[in-house]
Amino acid sequence: MTVLKDFQEQWFPLILPLHRKKTQSVGGRSKHRWTEEERKVKANDREYNEKFQYASNCIMTSKYNILTFLPVNLFEQFQEVANTYFLFLLILQLIPQISSLSWFTTIVPLALVLSITAVKDATDDYFRHKSDNQVNNRQSQVLIRGSLQNEKWMNVRVGDIIKLENNQFVAADVLLLSSSEPHGLCYIETAELDGETNMKVRQSVPVTAELGDPNNLATFNGEVVCEPPNNKLDRFCGSLYWRDRKYLLTNQNMLLRGCVLRNTEACYGLVIFAGPDTKLMQNSGRTKFKRTSIDRLMNTLVLWIFGFLVCMGVILAVGNAVWEKEVGSLFQSYLPWDPPVDNFLFSAFLSFWSYVIILNTVVPISLYVSVEVIRLGHSYFINWDRQMFCSQCNTAAEARTTTLNEELGQVEYIFSDKTGTLTQNIMSFNKCSINGQTYGERTDQMGTQPKRLDFSPFNPLADPQFCFYDDKLLESVKVGDVHTHEFFRLLSLCHTVMSEEKSEGHLVYKAQSPDEGALVTAARNFGFVFRSRTPGTITTSEMGRTVTYSLLAILDFNNIRKRMSVIVRNPEGRIRLYCKGADTVLLERLHPSNLELMTVTSDHLNEYGADGLRTLALAFRDLSEEEWEVWSESHRFAGKATDCREDRLAASYDLIEQDMMLLGATAIEDKLQEGVPETIALLSLTNIKIWVLTGDKQETAVNIGYSCKMLTDDMAEVFIISGHTVQSVRQELRSARDRMMELSRSRDGGKRGGMEGWAEACFMGNGFQQDQEGDVGGGKVFHSPPLPSPPSSFMDSISGEFGLVVNGHSLAHALEADMEAEFVSTACACKAIICCRVTPLQKAQVVELIKKHKKAVTLAIGDGANDVSMIKSAHIGVGISGQEGIQAVLASDYSFAQFRFLQRLLLVHGRWSYLRMCRFLCYFFYKNFAFTMVHFWFGFFCGFSAQTVYDQYFITLYNIVYTSLPVLAMGIFDQDVPDHRSLEYPKLYEPGQLNLLFNKKEFFICIAQGIYTSVVLFFVPYAVLSNATQSNGVPLADYQTFAISTATALVIVVSVQIALDTGFWTVINHMFVWGSLGFYFTIMFALHSQTLFRIFPNQFHFVVPKTHCCSRSCG
Amino acid sequence: MVRIKKESPDRPDNTAFTQQRLPAWQPILSAGIVIPGFVLIGLAFIGVGVGLFITSRDIQVLEIDYTGTDQTSDCNKCTNPNTKNCVCTLSFNIDTLFKGPVFFYYGLTNYFQNHRRYGVSRDYKQLYGDLANFKDPSTDCAPYRLDSRNNPIVPCGSVANSLFNDTFKLYQIVNGQRNVVPFDGKGIAWWTDYNVKFKNPDVTPLQNAFNGTVKPLFWTKAVYELDFSDPSNNGFINQDFLVWMRRAALPNFRKLYRRIAEENYTNGLPAGNYSLEISYNYPVLSFNGRKKVVFSNVSWMGGKNDFLGIAYLVIGSLCVVMSVVMLIVYAKFKFPEDD
Repeated sequence: MTVLKDFQEQWFPLILPLHRKKTQSVGGRSKHRWTEEERKVKANDREYNEKFQYASNCIMTSKYNILTFLPVNLFEQFQEVANTYFLFLLILQLIPQISSLSWFTTIVPLALVLSITAVKDATDDYFRHKSDNQVNNRQSQVLIRGSLQNEKWMNVRVGDIIKLENNQFVAADVLLLSSSEPHGLCYIETAELDGETNMKVRQSVPVTAELGDPNNLATFNGEVVCEPPNNKLDRFCGSLYWRDRKYLLTNQNMLLRGCVLRNTEACYGLVIFAGPDTKLMQNSGRTKFKRTSIDRLMNTLVLWIFGFLVCMGVILAVGNAVWEKEVGSLFQSYLPWDPPVDNFLFSAFLSFWSYVIILNTVVPISLYVSVEVIRLGHSYFINWDRQMFCSQCNTAAEARTTTLNEELGQVEYIFSDKTGTLTQNIMSFNKCSINGQTYGERTDQMGTQPKRLDFSPFNPLADPQFCFYDDKLLESVKVGDVHTHEFFRLLSLCHTVMSEEKSEGHLVYKAQSPDEGALVTAARNFGFVFRSRTPGTITTSEMGRTVTYSLLAILDFNNIRKRMSVIVRNPEGRIRLYCKGADTVLLERLHPSNLELMTVTSDHLNEYGADGLRTLALAFRDLSEEEWEVWSESHRFAGKATDCREDRLAASYDLIEQDMMLLGATAIEDKLQEGVPETIALLSLTNIKIWVLTGDKQETAVNIGYSCKMLTDDMAEVFIISGHTVQSVRQELRSARDRMMELSRSRDGGKRGGMEGWAEACFMGNGFQQDQEGDVGGGKVFHSPPLPSPPSSFMDSISGEFGLVVNGHSLAHALEADMEAEFVSTACACKAIICCRVTPLQKAQVVELIKKHKKAVTLAIGDGANDVSMIKSAHIGVGISGQEGIQAVLASDYSFAQFRFLQRLLLVHGRWSYLRMCRFLCYFFYKNFAFTMVHFWFGFFCGFSAQTVYDQYFITLYNIVYTSLPVLAMGIFDQDVPDHRSLEYPKLYEPGQLNLLFNKKEFFICIAQGIYTSVVLFFVPYAVLSNATQSNGVPLADYQTFAISTATALVIVVSVQIALDTGFWTVINHMFVWGSLGFYFTIMFALHSQTLFRIFPNQFHFVVPKTHCCSRSCG
Repeated sequence: MVRIKKESPDRPDNTAFTQQRLPAWQPILSAGIVIPGFVLIGLAFIGVGVGLFITSRDIQVLEIDYTGTDQTSDCNKCTNPNTKNCVCTLSFNIDTLFKGPVFFYYGLTNYFQNHRRYGVSRDYKQLYGDLANFKDPSTDCAPYRLDSRNNPIVPCGSVANSLFNDTFKLYQIVNGQRNVVPFDGKGIAWWTDYNVKFKNPDVTPLQNAFNGTVKPLFWTKAVYELDFSDPSNNGFINQDFLVWMRRAALPNFRKLYRRIAEENYTNGLPAGNYSLEISYNYPVLSFNGRKKVVFSNVSWMGGKNDFLGIAYLVIGSLCVVMSVVMLIVYAKFKFPEDD
């Protein structure tokens, strides 16, 4: 089971993060004054437990309260570099000698940005407070002085004994003491904790199970000594000391906070960890923050702009030094230096800072906020998209991360899980092979619809939804074939399914995996009905006869073992081990006498695999009483081990799962999801490379590959890498590449020269390395050194379509450090790659490999816990909210219900987001350069005195009022082509992959355009106004006219530019563009009105009467 | 058949906004629009440019430097900073009628009225007639805020302190006779400066408001003595003062001094010899400044401004050239018609 790093939003209600936040530790009160090394808890003894000052059960996920909000929030915000920078500017502006601008030009935008973020933080925190309160005030029954009393959750202490009732949330991490069910059992659902929806069993330590009622429990004074709080959900280590005896405690005895009690009337538990110490809260660290490539580029560019700013400052400061020396010092008769300035160098120094202040608008404070707003808008569009809404499962798509949208338009590699992602993960028992006889073929291929078997007359407990078409199997069951009966008996016994019998004969199975459910349901329909289980027994109804087996042991399934077994004693007393598992592991554990049957069954297995079915092999073993005794002793011993318990258990399981007798094999069909082949075909047209990483066997995977059009018959060749050793894998990779070269050479001769050159180089390289390594490798007969990976330009030029299938064990070798480059270059020449038999860790490794070698944007999509690592390591993780719980969704950045929505997410939303973001950034940098650089040019004419060209109110409002909304509207609503076009012409996706719309070159073009605009904006008014007079003879070259003309021209020019950049004029765009212009003129007239001047003559001194609007703009 | 399908409440709303289907105008800049557009804009600009250029060429400008750097100039004698009350005379002649109304400007070069520290060195409230700021001028005015004996300076600050104080008299020489050309100094300042921004304090006589203050250091007479004859031209609302107080945007600038449109000169300055008598007070040589006088008349587009016409012409021509280039490109690479 994969341990989760984050949890359902319900527990940590965070609104879509508008602003990125670093890892926040929820449950901030978990800091103890000392590091806890061991926890000691004594039941019913509050005084004793209080000595340790364990955390109370009150959780606090909120960060602020009313008093701390302002200081703490501001402190946090000023940890952002941008905010600190503007604070620094603000301080500079308060120094009168430097201040070239009033302080409000900085404080207004800064306050705006800070308050937007603060409002957002406050809202988030308000909801956290609310949910904290709600959770803390839940009622819980606590045993105090022998009687049950209602207490709020937050008042529950460590060491209390609490009573839990059916369907209640567990209030803290408690040790199960006793339960209303027999044997101290209780059932829990852990969906809140790990997303798994099936029920799990927990059992109390036998001695406490007997305590039963509150009166006895009140006298219970056992002491628990256990590990300190940690975040491992699947582990607990501790011991209970009671009445001078020691009892070992495991995770099996624990009920964790966040679980829900099911099918259990009531149970009692001892609180071990409370509040922030619970495993749920300990797990709540947020995952690392993903950034998009545009983010990184933006940060680099902002740094460059800072550099540019400093350069301009230096140039102007030097200019100032020269001017003050040559002119300013002489001009002192009219304009003496300010008192602290006594020479031109000091004046230049001050001028540098003054220019830093007035030129700071090249790094606009509103950039980051605007980017976040745009991304938030795009995220909402994803959430709102009806075409990504799955009506069957009633789930809308969800952008769980708001910061990655534009990267959806740049994806080059998709890593997909198969089961549940490409397929529906609705399993149906399709075929089986019993004792060498295969069943389930559809006999009448030509016939219309084969007749579905009707089980009801034969078996009243049958599941009416079950479909099977081969009546031979039913016949075989009816005639009482021993093998068939044993086959289905195994299926009815060897599993971990829980059953619920709401009414007589109405069974509901709750299975951990759909495969298991399908198998047990099949057995049910064929007359071997699993009815119920207790920890020690399994009750079935075999052909109408109720049989109770005593369950001796369950040898659990895991990804390494790939099999599970049960050991049962039937009513006659015979002990038998039933095992089902992957054919690869199971077939090698059979008794030698099975050889013949094994070959036949293997053939069937291969057939099934080729049909794209999921297969399992089934076997059993009879155990004698002695064998069982011996093994169960060793098993008990392994179970008690404190270190490496898992490994020891696995080894002991291994011991008994030997010499088994093969029963047969099952084949389960997992149907493809709707629209998968079309989606894959479309995505591969966009040059996205699709890798399927699946745990299935090779045949199944290849077959699914064909059925979902990843592999096609048009492909030049499909290579299969299945070597077991480093050498053979290398050899296979190399020959695959040779073959590719050969094929593409035969296809077009034009590229021959280059290829031969490369082949030659390789040859030489080989010879050289072989000599070197020959000495070291010594005895090896066949030794091939790594082929130097071919130049990427060459591998890129390979034409033709190739497919590559890699086996898990080969992949392990291919991922080794010395071969990964080779693997990547081979794999990337292929259009489709299927990796089968892959472990969750390998999935993540493959993603990391491509990230490392290709510098391309990767997207991982999956639905199960085994995809979580892959989803987290890819640039973008997509979770399918399907059958397998919600773990993948919780770890993902985007989630939706069906694979086919991926095309819309990438080709429509991703493409638009990328386009919009790029256009937004280009324009944003442009408008700020056009705005700011005018000051630079003016510097040369005003003695480098840091005189601004514009009025200070214009500078304050330019970025936040006059020009912010049109570009935001463009960044949110722009569309170049309608959505259906981008699905029809997948090539439109390519500019994003090649990163054509915003990169360093584009940035320089924008900057250049901005600087050009600033030149025109400064020098045209300069030339026009310098000698111009009005028609009444009054000269126009006064500062006010110049400032207003330039500012007006600037606003008009950047508005025209945004109008040209906007490709999609919605009402909102019109409103914002015209509104901004209108706003500019309104504000200008308002600021220049006589009224304002009369009130604040010192602030508003650009007074223009209405009759005298004299701006002449030239654009 | 009416099928009522119950919509799931979780299903996103089907609105044009949420589904990004807002009706929108999608301008496509195709060749059919851009090329004619460029031609039209180009032609319009050329038309405007020609008009402006021709108009501008008809405007007459006469510019005379009187700094006195030239040894031969009469004003050379005044360049010595020690000379007080120096008056020099410049003679010039006009060949053809200088059409009226003629405006008479003085100009300064290399003079940084647009320097940041110069610009802020004034007290708007004081100039608005606020008596509180008479006693305690704004700190912006430093170092021209208080004199050496800590008396407040009114008007304070560098701008006021550096008031241009050369004065001019123009004579037409007719048959050896010096006929005074009358100057009109009314309404040469900005309307807002005169009516809104600058105000004398409501004290009569005006002089009393200035008790306890001193005149700016460089000034020979106080601000309430600028024009005794006309109270509406005295104090802060003196036209010459207002003209000076309006900062120039560039280091080379000219400011309106007088209008010539009266008596015999309503039609302009007739051809003939003229003599300009300058009382030379304002030192500029120390910082390599130059002083000049400019005579100019105006048209509908204001004063002479060749650049504007040329700029329109250049942009217009560029547009036309671009449209031709685009037309060639379009003709060569245009998509097949049947597409």
